[in-house]
Amino acid sequence: MEEQKTFTVSIYTENNVGLLNRVSSIFLKRHINIEGLTTSRSEIEDVNRFIIVAKMTEVQVKKIVTQLEKQIEVIRAYYHTDDETIFQESALFKISNEHLYDEVIQRKLKFRQANIVTLTEDFFVIEASGSKEHVDKLYDRLKPYGLMQFVRSGRIAITRDKMQISELLQEL
Amino acid sequence: MKTQTATLIETVAEKTIHISGAEAVIHCLLAENVDLIYGYPGGAIMPVYDELYKYQDKLHHVLTRHEQGATHMAQGYARATGKVGVAIATSGPGATNFVTGIADAQIDSTPMVCITGQVPRHLLGSDAFQETDIVGISMPVTKWNYQITKASEIPEIFAKAFYIARSGRPGPVLIDITKNAQFETFDFEYKKCTEVRSYKPKPKVNSDQLAAAAELINAAKKPMIVFGQGIILGEAEDEFKAFIEKTGIPSAWTILGLSALPTEHPLNVGMVGMHGNYGPNRLTNECDTLIAIGMRFDDRVTGDLNTYAKQAKIIHFEIDPAEVDKNVKTDVAVLGDVKETLAEILPLVNPNSYPNWLEEFKKHATIEFDKVIKKDLYPEKDGLTMGEVLKEINNATNGDAIIVTDVGQHQMVACRYAKFNQTKSNITSGGLGTMGFALPAAIGAKMGTPQREVVAIIGDGGYQMTIQELGTILQTNAAVKIIVLNNEYLGMVRQWQQLFFDRRYASTEMVNPDFVTIAKGYHIEASRVAKREELAGAVKAMIASDKAYFLEVCVEKEDNVFPMIPSGASVSDIRLS
Ligand SMILES: Cc1ncc(C[n+]2csc(CCOP(=O)(O)OP(=O)(O)O)c2C)c(N)n1
Ligand SMILES: [Mg+2]
Repeated sequence: MEEQKTFTVSIYTENNVGLLNRVSSIFLKRHINIEGLTTSRSEIEDVNRFIIVAKMTEVQVKKIVTQLEKQIEVIRAYYHTDDETIFQESALFKISNEHLYDEVIQRKLKFRQANIVTLTEDFFVIEASGSKEHVDKLYDRLKPYGLMQFVRSGRIAITRDKMQISELLQEL
Repeated sequence: MKTQTATLIETVAEKTIHISGAEAVIHCLLAENVDLIYGYPGGAIMPVYDELYKYQDKLHHVLTRHEQGATHMAQGYARATGKVGVAIATSGPGATNFVTGIADAQIDSTPMVCITGQVPRHLLGSDAFQETDIVGISMPVTKWNYQITKASEIPEIFAKAFYIARSGRPGPVLIDITKNAQFETFDFEYKKCTEVRSYKPKPKVNSDQLAAAAELINAAKKPMIVFGQGIILGEAEDEFKAFIEKTGIPSAWTILGLSALPTEHPLNVGMVGMHGNYGPNRLTNECDTLIAIGMRFDDRVTGDLNTYAKQAKIIHFEIDPAEVDKNVKTDVAVLGDVKETLAEILPLVNPNSYPNWLEEFKKHATIEFDKVIKKDLYPEKDGLTMGEVLKEINNATNGDAIIVTDVGQHQMVACRYAKFNQTKSNITSGGLGTMGFALPAAIGAKMGTPQREVVAIIGDGGYQMTIQELGTILQTNAAVKIIVLNNEYLGMVRQWQQLFFDRRYASTEMVNPDFVTIAKGYHIEASRVAKREELAGAVKAMIASDKAYFLEVCVEKEDNVFPMIPSGASVSDIRLS
């Protein structure tokens, strides 16, 4: 069996309600677990982008990309490995106010590894962005303070190489 | 009628008219040259039915007995004519009854537009009476689908639906229309769709790919072609024939490629796949170059992929880029519509012939004849075989009929032995294997091509899955010839039980009704035959009739279909007994 890797699949699409279903089912039908999914507008007007992160083999990801492109409202799909992309995730941590002055938390804030976004009478919220590992580490450090809530986003990614976006633009 | 429709389209195109969404649906269908649709009414689609009543002189609606029947009729119509089939139903159960036919059309690339009614927009998501999320349900089995919630969307969505259904690799499209959108009025104007920006129906032909393919073909010593339905869907029969006649390459077909090349053509070497012919299956693993044309390497064709044509260079002519390298790794992919790629490669290939190689196919055919075919077609035992029924059908129709088959042993026997002179003559459920397909599909095929003889060959099991469509025959006088090959078993499953489950016949024996009486109950002429000496006459009488006709043939109960590649085995391990 070929080695499984984490791939970032970027999908440029028309803006249509049902498309999320169509796109995700292409992964699910092949038993590929979607680890992260974000959808947003793209750099091209009226064109949306999905970013899907999943583990699979290169042979699988190639087939997935052709199946994605086959969908009527998918304009283009690309896949990239982690080395080929610059990617970020962000996370929010809600923590009780009694820990605000604890050393670990103060240090994190001081070195800009996290930022305070809200402070209320009872709790404060810290935001952190970065690699998955960065967020994971922070999570491990903050967990002992009894996280009242924790949420992390899907991956957003940009390729290192020039994407053939101009080519895509020309087509449209 | 033609001119009437034409002027209507012109007026529609010329000026805007203020009409309801329901009436707009009819105008869209007429603008797409639809004159026949299949369906079943119900609450959420009633406004459209009301317009169908008003437009009945221009657009003929066939009332089926079940919505599944409507989809298969639309499929049969599409497969026989090459045009888009249209089916219409209400929301909820009407829509869910469409799903099997849609899935069948998707996997067999049949152009079809399905229209469903839906609860009014303000009730969507409220679990209203007969609300089902048919757009969600049908998403994985449609080429495209869309829910219309405003009348003003109707023209654009219909134009897009027809364009998508018929272009590129064809397929089914579903349009769900909320009831409010059917009632609303708006300014209607119709423009045909010729482009969707995110959709490229045909890859551009690439001359490097053509040159690389031609080089391999010209260098081949033992080349073999396997062709599929792509030839028929691309209407490339002439280009294909010119290509094989110039190159002299032996050509085998998949079940859906059947009839694209006349049976009697000297380069036609038979069927590949699980119950295909001995020669083309075995020689797949001996050829040096395998040229796949408009086919998709289904697992029923390839058997075990690890032992499939490993020695051969693989060339794949294909319209759908997602099919290339999906199952079998190709050396050269020639992307594009086969009508174009086959025409363009013709000047690049050398005239050739392979007499010794062709002789190999003949040798295998002789072995198959001695071990299998002789017993099927010229049996010495008492009981009737399915094969001899096919022989009599060939005699009576001369290979000019459209043969529609259901799913099971009779289907394999029919596809093995039926003779075809012209294309679009073999209609069967290949990819999905939908029992119940044949009777309604035959009705659709007959309505689409009334000048042709249409013979449905069905098993006693599958017949009872859509038998109610005899009512559609009664109501429309569709002159379909129906043969049930009654072995009193779900024969294909019983065969597997016999061969692979030690004869444990779990729930495959059928206690059947009196089929002749049932047909007569629908006022369809009917007879039954169980003796060899009566068979030829019975088949002739059926074909001679100019009305619908039902013939039950009582065949041997426990005959098996051979050759057979056991599921998951190599094509080389094809069994003759
Ligand atoms: C809707 C559906 N259900 C079940 C099957 C599985 N199946 C395949 S062939 C077959 C037996 C068909 O029996 P019959 O129609 O009598 O044809 P025969 O094989 O006897 O010629 C069955 C049950 C199927 N293909 N389709
Ligand atoms: Mg049977």
